[in-house]
Parts: sequence; C-alpha cells; structure tokens
Amino acid sequence: MIDKKVIAEHNLTPEEYEKIVELIDREPNITELGIFSLMWSEHCSYKSSKIHLKKLPVEGKNVIQGPGENAGIIDIGDGLAAVFKIESHNHPSFIEPYQGAATGVGGILRDIFTMGARPIVLQDALRFGPLSKPKNKSIMEGVVSGISGYGNSIGIPTVGGDVYFNDCYSLNPLVNVFALGIAKKDKIFYAKAEGAGNPVLYVGAKTGRDGIHGATMASAEFGKDLEHKRPNVQVGDPFMEKLLLEACLEVMDKDLIVGIQDMGAAGLTCSTTEMASKSGTGIEIDLDLVPQREESMTPYEMMLSESQERMLIVAKKDRVEEVQRIFAKWDLDAVIIGKVIEGGRLKVKFGGKTVVDLPVRAIIDLCPVYEQESRTPRYLQSAIELGSVPEPDDYNHAFLTLLSSPTISEKEWVRRQYDHMVQVNTVFLPGADAAVIRIKGTNKALAVTLDGNSLYTYLEPKTGGKIAVAEACRNLACVGARPIGVTNCLNFGSPEKPEIMWQFQEAIEGIALACKIFDIPVTGGNVSFYNDTNGISIHPTPVLGIVGMVDDTRWITGPGFKSNGDILILLGENKEELGGSEYVKSIHRMEKGIPPQIDLEEEKRVQEFCLEAISLGLIESAHDISEGGLACCLAECSILSKGKMGISAHLKDNMRSDALLFGESQSRIVITSKEESREEIFHLARERGVKAMDIGKSGGERITISQRDKKLIDVPVAEAAKAWWEAIPEIFRIK
Amino acid sequence: MKFGVVIFPGSNCDHDTFYVLRDIFKQDAIFLWHKEHDLKNVDCIILPGGFSYGDYLRSGSIAAFSPLMQEVKEFAFKGGLVLGICNGFQVLLELGLLPGAMLRNKNLKFLCQYVHLRVDNTDTPFTSTAKKGQVLRIPIAHYDGNYYSSPETIQEVKKNNQTVLRYSDARGRLSDEANVNGSLECIAGLINKSGNVMGMMPHPERASEALLGSEDGRIIFESLIKSLG
Repeated sequence: MIDKKVIAEHNLTPEEYEKIVELIDREPNITELGIFSLMWSEHCSYKSSKIHLKKLPVEGKNVIQGPGENAGIIDIGDGLAAVFKIESHNHPSFIEPYQGAATGVGGILRDIFTMGARPIVLQDALRFGPLSKPKNKSIMEGVVSGISGYGNSIGIPTVGGDVYFNDCYSLNPLVNVFALGIAKKDKIFYAKAEGAGNPVLYVGAKTGRDGIHGATMASAEFGKDLEHKRPNVQVGDPFMEKLLLEACLEVMDKDLIVGIQDMGAAGLTCSTTEMASKSGTGIEIDLDLVPQREESMTPYEMMLSESQERMLIVAKKDRVEEVQRIFAKWDLDAVIIGKVIEGGRLKVKFGGKTVVDLPVRAIIDLCPVYEQESRTPRYLQSAIELGSVPEPDDYNHAFLTLLSSPTISEKEWVRRQYDHMVQVNTVFLPGADAAVIRIKGTNKALAVTLDGNSLYTYLEPKTGGKIAVAEACRNLACVGARPIGVTNCLNFGSPEKPEIMWQFQEAIEGIALACKIFDIPVTGGNVSFYNDTNGISIHPTPVLGIVGMVDDTRWITGPGFKSNGDILILLGENKEELGGSEYVKSIHRMEKGIPPQIDLEEEKRVQEFCLEAISLGLIESAHDISEGGLACCLAECSILSKGKMGISAHLKDNMRSDALLFGESQSRIVITSKEESREEIFHLARERGVKAMDIGKSGGERITISQRDKKLIDVPVAEAAKAWWEAIPEIFRIK
Repeated sequence: MKFGVVIFPGSNCDHDTFYVLRDIFKQDAIFLWHKEHDLKNVDCIILPGGFSYGDYLRSGSIAAFSPLMQEVKEFAFKGGLVLGICNGFQVLLELGLLPGAMLRNKNLKFLCQYVHLRVDNTDTPFTSTAKKGQVLRIPIAHYDGNYYSSPETIQEVKKNNQTVLRYSDARGRLSDEANVNGSLECIAGLINKSGNVMGMMPHPERASEALLGSEDGRIIFESLIKSLG
C-alpha cells in the first residue's frame, strides 16, 4: 500500500508522487515506486544542479564525448583517446570507510572500461576531519586501505591525488575517485540498446541485497539513524571486477556487441532505463533469469540492488554465443535476461507476471528539474573580516609547524599503500605536482592532477572555483603538461538550503570562467549534494580533475632541485594576502579573511611561460606555490632534491614577513635554472610579460630565507624534512 | 630462446613482464593460460605479479592448484628455468618449489616503494651479470612479503647459498630499517637447491627503463637471456 509514509521513505515529495501518477496514468506499484525513487533521486537525476551545470564550457576541438555518458573522451592523437571521469563516494565511505572507498574505485573503473578503454591510472581526492580525533583517524585508515585493497588487486596504479584536513569533514568525509583509461579511437562503446530483438545480457557478479537504496541514501542528509544505513553500502570484489574488465575488453575487441552499461548506482534499474532512453527503444527483462546469490529476493530488491561488478550488455543477435564463450573463459556469468523492444517501455517480469511496465521517458526525461532558491550566506559577513593577526616571534618554529600540518605534510604514508607503479607507465617523480603516465608506443605522456581548496571556496566561492581550475593547470605546467580536459566533482551540502545553492552557483561560475580562459572543455563529472550531517554542511568543495598532455617525455619536470648552485627564480608576484591561508588556519586557528585573488589572464601567461621554458630546456625543476606559501614550496623543492640540497633565498619585497613567507598568492611558480640560462630565461620572461625574480640559489645543507637584510628562516634541511615526512606516520604510529 | 608468461585470473603484472621482455629486451615471449596443460616449448617460465584468484584464502594458494602449474612443476623438476616475481614467488612457495612462506608485512600495510637489494649470490642464471655485493634499486609492491621459514629450513637455505637478494640500504648494509617488510634474514630473493627456480618479491620489470626511475631490474633479465643464449 503506497501511502504518505512510503512516499516519504522513498525520498519523494508529495508533488513528485502526484507527477508520477499523472505521467503513468495510474498509481505505481511498490517496485515501480522504487524505480522512480532511484532515478528521480538527486544522485541519478541531477534535478537541482542541471540548470547550473549548463554554464560549464563543454566544447573543444578534441572532444569526442562531453558530459552525459559514463565518462568524457578526449582525442589525444595517434589514434588514441583518453577516457576519464571523477566521482564521489562520500556517503558510503562515512558509514563503512573500507567498503565505501573500495566500491568507489570499482564504480569509477567500470565507467571507464564500459566505454572500451583500459584504465591506466587512478587518483583520489580525500577530505577528512582533523586527525586529533580518533574517529577521523579510523575513517582515514579505512578509506586508504579500501582504495589500496581494490586498486592494487585489480592492477591499476593509484598515483598521487590530494588529502586535506578540516573539521567540516569530521562528519562528512569526502572520497572522490578519478580514473582515466586509454581507448582506440575507433573502438569506443556507448550505453546503447539498439535493434529490437537484440538480446540483453547480464554479466558479472550475482545479485544480492547489498546497496539497496544507495543512490537514495546519497541524496539525503544524515541524521541520527546513521548506523542503520550500513546495509545500504555495497561490498566490493576487486578480483571479480578484474575478470569483468578483461572479459569486457575482449568482447569489445571483437565487435560482438551493440552497447554496454555498467550497473553502478541504481543497478538494473539505471542500466536498463538509460540504455533504452539513449536509443529511444524499450527493454524487457525477466527477473527469474537474473543470477542471484540470495534466496527469495523480491522484484523490488532485485531492481534496486547495487551489488557491484555487474554489467548489462546488448549483444548482436547472431554473436551472442561468442560473447558467452568469452565470459565463460573468465569464469563469469553471461545470461540472457531479456531483449530490446520497440515502444519505449521498461517491462519487467517476475514469476511469470509483469511487475513493472513503465514508459522510459517518464523515468529518465520527465524527471522534475528544480531551480532551487539561493541566498548569500550569513556567515560570510564575519568570515571575510580577518581582523588583526600577530606576526610570529619565531619564524623557524612557525615554518616547521606549517610543514608538519597534515594538509601540507608529505602523504607518503598514504601513497605507499597504493600500488602506484603497476602497468609500468608511471614516471617516478616523488612529490610532483601531478602524476605523469607515459603512453606506451609513443613519446608522449599524460599528466593528471586533482585540486580543490575548500577554504577559499567557503570564503569566496567564485574565487575558490577559479583557483581550483588555475591551480590544477599550474600543477600540470610544473611537470611540463598542457591541460586538455576537465572533469569535476562538486561536493556541497543540501541543495534545499538557499545558502548552499548560492555557494554552488558561484563556484560553478568561477570554474566556468577559468575553463573558458584556459580553453579547456569540461567533459563530465559528478555532483554530490547532501554532504550534511545533523544539519551541519561541509565547506563547498569543488574538486577539479584536469588531464594534461606532455608532448615529449624528455621535458617531464619534477619539483626537486637538480644540482647545487642553480638559480632560484620566482615566477609571478608576491602579494600581501593572508586570508584563507593554511598559515592563518594552522597557526592562528582561524578560517577567515578574503582568499587570495586571481587574475586568470596573468595566471595563463605564467603557465604558458613555464611550459615554453621547459620545452626550450631552460628549466631544471619547477614547483607551484600553494598551501603554506613560498616558504613551504621552497622547503619541498629542497627536501625532494637528490641529496637534500639546501637553499639560500633572499627576498626583497616590502610587506609583512608572514604574508611573504606563508601567504598563498596565486599565479606563482618556483623554478630553477642553470646559471648559463639566466639571460635567456629572463629575456623570455620579459618578452612574454611574466614577472620573474632571482631569489637565490640551491645548495648547502640549510634552508635559509631572508627578507631584505633580516634572516627569517634558518633551519637544517634534515630538520625541515623530518617535520614534513614524519607528521602523518607519527600520528598513525602504534604506540 | 622463448619466454612464457603465465596468466592466472587476477594476474596484473603479466602484461608488464611481457612488454619488458618483448619491447625492451626484444625477446620471443608468449602468454601461457592457467587452464591449459601445454607449455608450448618455452625455455623459461615467468610467474608474474598480481593477485591470482584475488589472493583469496592465502596469497598464491589457489593458483598453485591450476592445471598449468602441474606442468610447471614437472618443467622445474627437469631443470627448466622458472622465475616467480612477487605473487609468482608466493605461488612458488605454495607449490613447494621453494621453501618457506610469506607473512603479512611487519607494519601490516601494503607497501609500494623503491628498496635496495644486495646481490649475495651471483652464481645463478638470474643474477650472473651482477657483481657480488652489488646493490640494486628496484620497487616492491606487496602486502605479504615478510618471508618466513623454520629454523631448520633457514639453516639449510644458508648452507646451500640459496639467498640471492637481500633487503639492504643503499650501501649494502643490512638493518631492521632497510628490511621494510620484516623478512627473515632480510630475504628478498630465494633460489632452489638445484639453482633453476627463483622467487623474488621486488619487481625487476618495473625497473627496466630509465624514464620510469631505475634500470637496475635489467640485470635479472639480462642474466636470464645470457644463460639461455
């Protein structure tokens, strides 16, 4: 019996229910209601974000596939295409960190190989609450081992990524997983269900009761009933997915299928309806034929299950046996459970009876779209007032404290739990700004980076959005890559709160503006709303995943100094900007102020200069200035150099010393060059209209930084290295 | 000469090893499928790294029972060259072709990092081009690489000079710190008594190109090619 309570339990509003009744001209049964509740959930339908996402630039001459498919696709030449996407698995990772993160990896990988691409790299953007709380530590440990457990086993390297800590993530950790694969340009597959009569095959793992309502759960706030939601989290099996990956790629290589779609969020429901919708057809399936690993499952449970490692394939009628033979080789189920039909309806049979008969259009295309109310948040007024911040008495101490703050310190504790070298493509660049993966058979490489500083976005969402794009591109420029495509994961609170909607709109505007100026298309991504627990929302956290191309592997550049006596050059300009910095947050315990401002045109000039100078062989090392400012950037260059070369830097700027050392002004890169390149590099900088400043030399065993004649920082490299390396291992050390 | 790289379900360094043999060393290499019985006249068999059968039950344990492995055993008894890398090493232990077992790493975490290895025995087909005491920089990537065997077995291993590679520091010194996974006697690579079957936890195929950060792994392949040549 469908009453108000049942409707509410399915996260549908009374108005939405009315609309369903109107669309199908009768009351739905419970299975049908379940189907609508999933497909009309925020997670699947993007009903609150759709109209805003339209602002993002999606065009570009190399775009093969923009938003709307499992993943975006960019032509990378040599007959190859890069297929990539980022997706969140925040809610499940909070409830069950290991499985939540593991299935996040599994899910994004299916999105990539569904399109015919072999995944070659994974990356994660992780956000946790402060590690001083035991609960946050255990979440982080669980998430990292979940990613490691799944990614290592399936044999796709997890290279780089970022980790930030902020109290706003204590009850809402974020796990955003990025994957990229390479496909042959002429062998790309889509979620198509063409040709009435073509068989629909269910392949991969059997269906169980796990993950029922996963997508609905991800579309609501968490409250006190948190613990009861554990059964909504799916359980991953990387071994099964490895078999599925190999079998699918083998089938795709042989031209046996029409279309394929993974069963991720919303499982059978989503895959059947989306495939039919994209081809304007219908699908008929018989649930009695679905491989099951639990007894007496109801049609409702089967349609809503989010059991992992499953795919739906529409095969060519006369090649279906070959498909089944390949799956049998890999010891996998490949069962015909139905067929493509004319007429645009989803028909589901169970026990000989039709239990679902719905127009696909109603489920997919006629989902309501909302323009949610938006309002400038009240917190802003007080948050952007930084007030007076005292300068530290002891700069060495402040410097070491910052280097050991978890957000800035080295994440090797995380990184070495991930197999980051499998597939023999990873160019070893410890601590580099971006991961670099060579493309076998060419002399090119792809670079990948994730970025998103939520404190900036909290204080000024539009600026935060711009900086997320700019910094990611700057990271790419530092390794020698030019940006070619963007995917984004937009993590926000509840869209039903006007203040959150405002943050969302502003951030998107910033991202859109920056992407336009850098001329890079957004090829898709994911929106994760409802990151609220007990009414508290996370800071708005757009995470940008940007893919870059290194045209010649000879120009791959790292952050560490190459030799003693190289000249240290600062590109860009130091400004007195302290707002929203890690320094103000860690040392002065405030999340306040106006975040660093950014001139996107200037940013572009700096990056293009960096790339040009690298390709001319003028640059030995490059590292971008971000959290922790110039001082932390220099320290990292030094610590990451072979033999831990020191620095002597002399700054001439006239401003507060703390702003100069730790401020996070944008559009800055520290490069090193050989003395003999000095003239050429400064000449080129002048020509390109880029500010370049000689700030010192590499060498020695100490990091010394002075402003005018005043020595501010003077510590042995070994001491800085210890602070930076040991901070996180120390927190997790078993005592 | 011809190399055969075995594919188990869940192998994930099979293509890497194949690529290095064929594209870097220009060798004749083929894949061998775990369900078959035919070794296709190969001269050397490599059991690659990965997670055969998901490493469920115990690393390498299920793979040891696959049909092809019975032929590999036969091949090894007849003196054929067999190299097990990482998961392949674990399979060789489970097969009983090498003595001992693997425990979980001492820090109970998966470890993927470069390590230094001291070559203690160069009188093998796998290390003949190395100098005794030479230190190699090659990455590891495993959860269960903490080598263990009974005191009697380890005595035997030492007596027969079966310890080929040991975890050390950059200067070849052994220490608890350098012994990252906690292996008994710092063992990273072990050979059988007759000297034709070797297992090693580090991945030489990941250290065969300068672009990727190290070429020290080439010594293993070059030694093999020389001994087969």
